[in-house]
Amino acid sequence: MLDFSILTDNMDAFLEGFKVTLIASFIALICSFILGTLIAVMRIAPFKPINWIGTTYVEFIRNIPVLVIVFFTYLAGNFGGMAAGIIGLTVYTAAFIAEAIRAGIMSVPRGQMEAARSSGLTYGQAMRMVILPQAVKIVIPPLGNQFINLVKNSSLLAVVAGGDLMYQGDLISASTFVTFDTYIFVGLFYLILTIPLSFGVGYLEKRLARSN
Amino acid sequence: MNLLAPFIEVLTLDNIKFLLEGFMVTLKVAAISIVLSSIIGGLVGTLRYAKIPVVSQLLAVVVETIRNLPLLLIIFFTYFALPEIGIDMEIMTAAIVALTIFESAMLSEIIRSGLNSIDKGQIEAGRSSGLNYIQTLSYIVMPQALRRMVPPIVSQFISLLKDTSLAVVIALPDLLHNGQILYAQTGSGVTPIFTIVALMYFIVNFTLSRVARRLELKQV
Repeated sequence: MLDFSILTDNMDAFLEGFKVTLIASFIALICSFILGTLIAVMRIAPFKPINWIGTTYVEFIRNIPVLVIVFFTYLAGNFGGMAAGIIGLTVYTAAFIAEAIRAGIMSVPRGQMEAARSSGLTYGQAMRMVILPQAVKIVIPPLGNQFINLVKNSSLLAVVAGGDLMYQGDLISASTFVTFDTYIFVGLFYLILTIPLSFGVGYLEKRLARSN
Repeated sequence: MNLLAPFIEVLTLDNIKFLLEGFMVTLKVAAISIVLSSIIGGLVGTLRYAKIPVVSQLLAVVVETIRNLPLLLIIFFTYFALPEIGIDMEIMTAAIVALTIFESAMLSEIIRSGLNSIDKGQIEAGRSSGLNYIQTLSYIVMPQALRRMVPPIVSQFISLLKDTSLAVVIALPDLLHNGQILYAQTGSGVTPIFTIVALMYFIVNFTLSRVARRLELKQV
């Protein structure tokens, strides 16, 4: 049977870690959404050298482990674990979000851009006011999936002493010597976040499939 | 050429050999985990698709739980927590077991949704032409579904190869681990070592993703 005194005795630490995990995932989501949008627009901009920068970023980052990036930001900068972790997660996730957004933009018919341009909007205006709002619908479910991945990947903060849920779990198991039960509770805390998110994304995907 | 000097300094024969040794461990762990999780994931995905009472629901709970947990937690759990209930594993075994548990759950979902994407009429047609359910699955549904599944399965393999790097937390002597050791020993700065390590991961994964893209294009 599980030893619930581990949970009750260390509730503060668990909750502190839970809070850091939530905050880190959320900040990384916002930042990687901004960076990802920028890169997606770079990839489809009507200027080749800018395309190449965007493509190189996406292809390089997507094909290397996120832990390599997190270690790099941690060792190269002077940020402390949590900030380094958030930056690393942002750099990594932005590449995936850029791909999702690019797919969304590509799904808007070409005629929309042509119509917007010929009615006098600049490329940037057409993108912002015509194309992106239409792309959002298609982008939301993959964005949700990226948020789930972020919550799970935020556990890497533990490796650079980022103070997240996994990190607190490690501390608790080291001080109580009850590793098994501690990790089960850590897992339950993660599931509180990820299971509802998974169901939410599943629901959105179904709705989107129906509306098409 | 000042920019390249630190790279050249790090790239001695011994260091390259050391990194490649780590890379071989990465590839070995990834390869074994790919084989094991393909078998288990294929089995679990098919059982869930077949909607066998109790078994399918039970597997659904297990798969959803594992998929929604961080892999890092599963690795820690396998190596540090399981010995408490008498299951003691070496580092490499623990890494392979943890990766297999996680990736099997991921793969089973790909296989299940691949099977689901095949029109139900195919099963009905197979059954009414005299094949039994298992025959229908293996001769009619599976071959069609497999073609659609290949691209997401290859992407999952790429994820797995990247995920092996998480096993540095239990001191698996893989590429990232050896990279960290070199970083600590040579004192040559972060950028050269981590760039080289990243490039080694990149080369293999990029090649794999190109193959996946080719297979994807072939289908259209």
